[in-house]
Amino acid sequence: MNASVEWLSAFVESGLSPRALRDLITERAATVDAIEPVRIDLANIVVGRVVAAVRHPDSDHLWLTRVDAGGADPVDVVCGASNVTVGTAYPFAPVGTTMPNGITIERRKIRGQVSNGMLCSARELGLGDEHEGILPITTDAASGTPLLDALPIGDTRLVVDVLPNRPDLLSHIGIAREIAAATGRPLREPSIPTSGENRAIADVPAPAGVETTGTTDGVRVTVDDATDCPAYLGVVVRGVRVGASPPWLVARLAAVGVRSISNVVDVTNYMLHGYGQPMHAFDLARLGGSGAAVHVRRAAAGERLTTLDGVDRTLDPSMVVIADATRAQGVAGVIGGQGTEVSGETTDLFLEIASFDPRRVRATRRTLGISTDASFRFERLVPPTSPADSYATVVRLLAAVAGGRVVAPPVLVSASGPRSGARARLVLRSKRVAQVLGVPVPASESARLLATIGFTVTARGDDLDVAAPTWRTDIAAEIDLVEEVARLRGYATFPNELRPYRLGTVPDDPLVSRAARLRELLVGRGFVEVRPMPFVPHSNSDGTSVRVTNPLADTESYLRFDLLSSLARRAEFNLTRMEGDLRLFEVGTAFRARSDRPGRPVEDVRVAALCMGARRPPHFTDPSPPAWDEWDAKALAEAVAAVARPGSSIALQPVGTDGELWRIRADDVDVGRVIRVVLDAPPWAAPAYGVEVVLEETDVADVAPPGHHASATAAAAPTRDPVPQYRRPPSFPAVRVDLTLLVPAAVTSGSVEGVLRQANEPILEGIDLLSQFYGDNVPAGHRSVTWRLTFRHPERTLREKEVEARRDKLLRALETDLAVRQRTS
Amino acid sequence: MPESIPSLSQFLDELSAIEREAAPEIAAARSADALEAVRVRYVGRKSGRLSPLSGMVARMSATDRPAAGQAFNAAHTRVQEQLAAHAARIQAAATSSAPAVDLTMPGRAVWRGARHPVTIVIDEIADIFRELGFTIALGPEAESEWYNFTALNFPPDHPALDMHDTLYLDGGALLRTHTSPVQIRTLQRYPPPVRVLVPGNVYRRDVFDASHAPMFAQIEGLAVDEGVSFVDLKATLTHFARRFFGSATTRFRPSFFPFTEPSAEMDVECQICRGSGCATCKMVGWVEILGCGMVHPSVLESAGLDAERYTGWAFGMGPGRVAQQRYNIPILRELYDGDVRVLGALGQ
Ligand SMILES: [Zn+2]
Repeated sequence: MNASVEWLSAFVESGLSPRALRDLITERAATVDAIEPVRIDLANIVVGRVVAAVRHPDSDHLWLTRVDAGGADPVDVVCGASNVTVGTAYPFAPVGTTMPNGITIERRKIRGQVSNGMLCSARELGLGDEHEGILPITTDAASGTPLLDALPIGDTRLVVDVLPNRPDLLSHIGIAREIAAATGRPLREPSIPTSGENRAIADVPAPAGVETTGTTDGVRVTVDDATDCPAYLGVVVRGVRVGASPPWLVARLAAVGVRSISNVVDVTNYMLHGYGQPMHAFDLARLGGSGAAVHVRRAAAGERLTTLDGVDRTLDPSMVVIADATRAQGVAGVIGGQGTEVSGETTDLFLEIASFDPRRVRATRRTLGISTDASFRFERLVPPTSPADSYATVVRLLAAVAGGRVVAPPVLVSASGPRSGARARLVLRSKRVAQVLGVPVPASESARLLATIGFTVTARGDDLDVAAPTWRTDIAAEIDLVEEVARLRGYATFPNELRPYRLGTVPDDPLVSRAARLRELLVGRGFVEVRPMPFVPHSNSDGTSVRVTNPLADTESYLRFDLLSSLARRAEFNLTRMEGDLRLFEVGTAFRARSDRPGRPVEDVRVAALCMGARRPPHFTDPSPPAWDEWDAKALAEAVAAVARPGSSIALQPVGTDGELWRIRADDVDVGRVIRVVLDAPPWAAPAYGVEVVLEETDVADVAPPGHHASATAAAAPTRDPVPQYRRPPSFPAVRVDLTLLVPAAVTSGSVEGVLRQANEPILEGIDLLSQFYGDNVPAGHRSVTWRLTFRHPERTLREKEVEARRDKLLRALETDLAVRQRTS
Repeated sequence: MPESIPSLSQFLDELSAIEREAAPEIAAARSADALEAVRVRYVGRKSGRLSPLSGMVARMSATDRPAAGQAFNAAHTRVQEQLAAHAARIQAAATSSAPAVDLTMPGRAVWRGARHPVTIVIDEIADIFRELGFTIALGPEAESEWYNFTALNFPPDHPALDMHDTLYLDGGALLRTHTSPVQIRTLQRYPPPVRVLVPGNVYRRDVFDASHAPMFAQIEGLAVDEGVSFVDLKATLTHFARRFFGSATTRFRPSFFPFTEPSAEMDVECQICRGSGCATCKMVGWVEILGCGMVHPSVLESAGLDAERYTGWAFGMGPGRVAQQRYNIPILRELYDGDVRVLGALGQ
């Protein structure tokens, strides 16, 4: 909402500066985002009075004038306007002025005569479309006074961020009410300046209320459904002269960023921004003239209408239209039709002042894809009382600026009468105010505060009976009144007093500490955390991807089903920036559709890490460090899985197909994978490896039915992650034996270790693979692998003989089970 | 009492023990003087540790004496050889033209990792609220219409929904537009008092631009109990702002959220201009930090709580926005692109 400081002042003379107004409005009602001078582009234009004017000797349409622009002597100015009149003041642009259109005025000769500046037309100053002559101004200001000071165009615009609960603030009168309440100054009706043959009118006929249909000045108005349109006021205004608006009206609208169109349209816009009541003027002749029928009804399926913006639109029965006897002529509350637009030939108007159903206006403008100043207000609710309240003002305005006359009482179609939708009656308990706000507020104080903004309040002991004013459509419950008391009192008045509190009953979600430990682990290993967008362009191969119904882009059509694909895209992003040593990780969510039950997808929290390039930064002792390989990835996976699945025994199961190296199992449940990551990478890039582990599936089920609490049947509180248990460190020395074995190609190291473990030697403490060797002394089809066995007895020192015996037993087992022998040479 | 005759094995054990101790001491000597001290300590004629053992040889039985003597001489010779070899190394180091070790050369580094700036901000906020008895709750990112809107008092087809342009999923679920559904989940599951903090990703149908992203992080707080009031809200959030931003002045101004009433926006005095107005704060002197308010009674009722008995307050803020301000990141997108040159330099 753009608010003009001058316009606000017309409603309430606060005497406050724009900055003070900004602070007042922000602290009481709605945030003022910015203060903008409206016509800063006119800063150099001054009031100039023509003191002499003679015909240019060499031209039949130019004048040589002398202009008093406040200097010691009048200046010579050549002027081409036919209306230049001696003794009249005009806007004057001295030499050096840059005009709103960007052109700078220079001293120059026009047909041999010197001109020192320019007398300006309304159009040249952006004050209207009038360009047939220069703009005469009525002012007492001395010559040379800046135009911004002499005319009410030196205005300041406040950009107010009005939130959806306060549609009453979408008008100058609404903001002025808050200023009046805060300053104690009276709210008043702005005066309407008149000029020329147009004169103010004293009385306007009162509207005649009807329930569904009625006639005004020969026009029959019918409203099909009072829900779609709770109030519709129609009035015929005859004898209007459509033309340019007077400067004051142009300036009012310019101050809020609205372009002047014609006096009639400008008046409806003035009412919208001034009073929050959108209006629409139809050309009565094009609506069917006297005897026209105005019908507020649902659109027929496929009904068409060319709207004011020139677009041919197809309507449907969810929309409400304003129709004449034959066809739709406007979309209710959204936009008018081109066919009945007011033009220069218009003499009689049918003026619509209505209240429409907010939900239907909102749905309609969304379907049509247009938003107008009118629809913005209707969908936030224009109260049904507003048409009757604003009708007299608009009639007076039309008389004053366009000469129109109302000859018959208007018709007000309203099923529940003109005061329909009036005031919710509420009780405000002082006890409740104190409970919510934390400090006692006497009932008398609450009553006084509410009364300042138009509430009707009756005290009943410590309670107040309260009726909200008609424009406060947001007030529906006691808590709304508590908020009013808090904000009118001022949020700043409540103490910043930290009071004692009881500890909560909610335990920490165990995922929080687990994610923190994972971050610690991976950051410690040189990984950089990323937070990529979780959208992917394609479904996964098994079709369980979750599709976004209304994505913004084709590349965001699905939710990701894994994290590594996100990390792969981030790696490619870095590769295009020539960064090839990458270690990226994320703790995030992956989604998949559930086959058994459509609706809620399955989602789980995962950790993923991607590594590629040098294993450590180069050093002079090691200028080209080796690149990450699958063995780094395997160990990383084991470390990550141990933290991600605390208390589980982790095993990596070889896969070795399609770039997948290992599946990660925790307590024999598949929880992740280690892969070679496929990247769109430049040739210099090193291979990339990825690790991904599921932490936990998120509980997406409803906790309890709507409106219910589950504590009675609450499941057990989340358990803590298990912790490892203490084991006394060994106190007797270990004996280590290195075994170099010839292992046939078909035998894996895993199976060798399996046999060693199955031998169930109680004193065999550890099996570590030390080295692997192919070559000269190794028979074909074999490899030489060295393991280090660690033997230890918990209660005594082992004897050499006894260790040898165990070793020989293990060797026999290996030979029997796997044909693996000790290497002798 | 005559001295007992030492056994051979005892003698040999002692000899090898002394020899084992000598080797590292010799290797550790960094100068000729230090080496000379080691020499005196082990093979010095009078006080050297080996000299008592030569006397021991003489007292041994005739059968053991030759073996003992041989072992002694061999050990003595090995220590002398080690001393000589190390003396040569020290000599060589002293006479070579370059210093043995250029200590100005760089150490052997490891890669430096980094938490994401948004994570850092979330962690810091959580630390402050944990001191005030808050725990951390999480919830699903794909939500139902009821948890995301209805339970939070959003009227259907209301303009308040304009700020929550929603991404829907096939099947009827939606991507949560705020972390507030976790308010309902928590209030349904646990009895008051409830004091929780809810960090998480939220989604809006917004085009990626300088200040919008289709997904971003949010952190939300909720306190519900008997006797919780607007004073608690103001005091707690002001305390938080002071801890988080330093000695900051705060301002609360009226706002609107369907799920709180009274609603407020908390500003912190602009840290750049100290309130006088600058480009960072758009000449206002204040920087918007978070939205907050008293939990709307209908929200408590959605969770099956007695709204006459319990009251509460809640707040929500964008750690991404805070990170953008704190680290001076001109474009929000930088936080999500994953450029390691950016994130590596910001994170800790
Ligand atoms: Zn500032």
